[in-house]
Order: sequence, then structure tokens, then C-alpha cells
Amino acid sequence: MDEMNAKRILEALLLVTDKPLLIEQAREVLGADVDPADVRRLLNKLAQQCAQENRGIRIQEVAEGFEYITDPELAPYVLKLTRRVRSVRLTKPSLETLAIIAYRQPITRLEIEQVRGVDAGGVLETLGKLNMVRIVGRKETVGRPILYGTTRDFLDHFGLKNLEDLPSLEELKAGSVPTLEIPNDTQTAPQTD
Amino acid sequence: MSYKVKLEIFEGPLDLLLHLVKQDHLEIVNIPIAQITDQYLKYLELMQALDLEIAGEFLVMAATLMQIKSRQLLPPETLTPEEAEEPDPAQELIQRLLEYQKFKQAAEVLSGMEKDRLVQFSRPARPDGTPEEVEEFVEASLFDLLTAFSQFMQGELPRELIHEIVKDEFTVEGKIALLRQLTQQRERVNFAELFTKAKTKMEAVATFLALLELIRLKEITIRQSQLFGEIVITRNTDEIPSS
Repeated sequence: MDEMNAKRILEALLLVTDKPLLIEQAREVLGADVDPADVRRLLNKLAQQCAQENRGIRIQEVAEGFEYITDPELAPYVLKLTRRVRSVRLTKPSLETLAIIAYRQPITRLEIEQVRGVDAGGVLETLGKLNMVRIVGRKETVGRPILYGTTRDFLDHFGLKNLEDLPSLEELKAGSVPTLEIPNDTQTAPQTD
Repeated sequence: MSYKVKLEIFEGPLDLLLHLVKQDHLEIVNIPIAQITDQYLKYLELMQALDLEIAGEFLVMAATLMQIKSRQLLPPETLTPEEAEEPDPAQELIQRLLEYQKFKQAAEVLSGMEKDRLVQFSRPARPDGTPEEVEEFVEASLFDLLTAFSQFMQGELPRELIHEIVKDEFTVEGKIALLRQLTQQRERVNFAELFTKAKTKMEAVATFLALLELIRLKEITIRQSQLFGEIVITRNTDEIPSS
């Protein structure tokens, strides 16, 4: 399959996908003989073109996939047309619990509660409803407690490429905003929905 | 008070301790246990005086703090051999606080990312309609509110205050209705303004409980303009917060 055609197909897929397009999904369309590395290369090329030509839409890598997004600068214009917005922002307890799960996964409810010092049931339920956390298994200890982990929707909500995109915990100091993408010691297993 | 506010406190004793640390500009590693313990207990008293339900974890922490405090007052030689071998509870607490604080910072970073994501529009993942019900964003914590309230009250809240109801001139229900009206009429209401209008301590308490209830019902949001700055109250709508 020639590259020009593949790029056109990718553009079409990017438009209609309802979640970030995964490379495996693209391969299902383009053909299993296509090398995933080539798919990634083409997507990166498309992304570069949008940026170089200063287009109003860009291609972003997020949640282990790729998607079209509007240039953030254009948000005021977009908002004039549509009230359709992403889900409302999360509270501190939800964010803190999510942070604990994201960095420590897989983790049990008790372990989460030991960090925050307060019951986690309500927050876990909310995060589950929002599909930010999921059950990833059970810990092989007494009682076989449930283990939690984050989802792709979690990555999507925060604009993270993948779990390695999380700022390293050691880097975090009061008031400073981490700018480096340093791999940390979280699990590198691919997420599922 | 016939109207009992059941506050779902998502924030726990560690949040309160970190709040105190921040408020007094302390370093966690050098935390003055005696001072912190006294302040912590004062907060519990305030919450009890307001008839708020206090989760068991708060009381467990109170006991832990008092144990640490009394242990620090004893000369080291008086520790039994077993006690001397156990991990230092003060150090354990410090480690817990340091760890929790790291995750609080991580949460703030996530919050910033979430905000950046808001201006990236794409094809809708879900059919058009109302966003899923999510907890609204509350910037000021329960303890910020309690601090502001106790500062405003200028002194200790007499414990008997709540139980001495002679006339229900100011009821929590009445204040709830008033607050609803106020926040509908105006974009924001200042916390201080609400309370300077109060003629008696009873009225102030009723107003405060009404505030807590409306927060619980997610009808209003409280924000702080700067660190320990003025607290403002706004009505919740469906729109994205413009902060």
C-alpha cells in the first residue's frame, strides 16, 4: 500500500474515530501486513504537517492512540459554536485517589486508604462510574482483595500519552511544575478500556 | 439544632494535619508535635460543637498525636525495651505526611493537565447530552471553611451553644433558602459578608451549617481567591468553570 493512500485513509479514520485511534485499529483497516512502526511514522508525519502548516486542527498522541484536536488557541472560537464540553473537572479527593492509583497500580482499596487516611469507597465508586479506574485482578493475600488500576479513559481525560507520561514522583516539589518526561517506575503494561 | 448536617467528609485527618502544616508554614520533617496536636484537637472541638459527624479516623489520629506528644515529653530512658525497639511513631507519621503530600502535588499536576485538556476539542466520544454526573470542583477545603468560620467567630464556640435552642428564630432551613436566593441573584457572594450580617452567634452557626449543606447538595461551590484569601461562594451551573 503506497504511503499517500495510507495517509489519506488514516486521516479519514482519525475523523470518524470516537476515541483516540489505536495503531492496532489502523492496522485492522490498512491490512495486517502493515508494520506498526510504519503506521506510527505516517501518523507522526501527518501530525507534523498540521503543525508546520499551522492548521486549525492538529493530531495529538494521547491515551495510547492518536486523535484530531482543535488548536487550543482557537478554543474561544470553538466555544462560540458549541457548548459540547468535556466532562466537568474532578475534585481534590478524586484527583488524589486517582494519583495514588495511577502511580501505585495495581493497588488495593486498603492500600489507597492507608495513604489518604480516609475511606475510599465513595471516591472509588465515582471513579469507576467515570471509567477512570478498573479492576485489574486480585491480590494473592488473605481475603484476596481487589486490585485497581487506571484505564485508557483516564489517560484520555488528562491528555496523557501513556503511563510513562506521568511526571516522576521524585521530581515533584512544592510549587514546581515538572517539564521533563522521565520514565518512572509505574507498570508499562498497555492499558485497556 | 434540630437540623443535623451529615457531612460526607472526603477529607481525613491527614488532610487536616497538612492543612495545619501549610497554615503555619511548617516543614513536615520538623513538625512540632505538641503544637500541632493542640491545634488538631481544637479543630475536632469545633467540629463537635457544630454537631458535625466526625469519622473514626479523626479520633484515631487524635489518640496517635497525643501518644506521640506524651512520648516526646518523657526522657528516652523511661521507654521500655519493647517501646525503644518499635519504630518511632513520630517518624512514621512524618513519613505518612510526606508521602501523602507527594500525591497531593501529583493531584495538582493532574488538575493542571485536566484544565489544558479542556481547550482541546475533538469529535464527541459520547452522544451529545449532559456530561456524566461528576463531583463539582471545590477549591477551598472543608478546613479552609472551618478556619474562616472560627476566625470570624473570634473565639471559642461555646459547646452548649448548639444544644441551647430556645427559639428557632434562625433555622438552618431558613438560611438555606436565603443562601439559594442570594447566589441566584448575584454571581458571587463573599463568605465574610454572609457573616457580618449575622446578629447573633446562633445565626452565624445556622448560616454556616446551611452553607455546608448546600455544598453537600452540590448547589454551590466555594473557592479561595489566593492562599488563605477570601472565600467566595458561587452557584453551580452546567458550564465549565472559567477559572
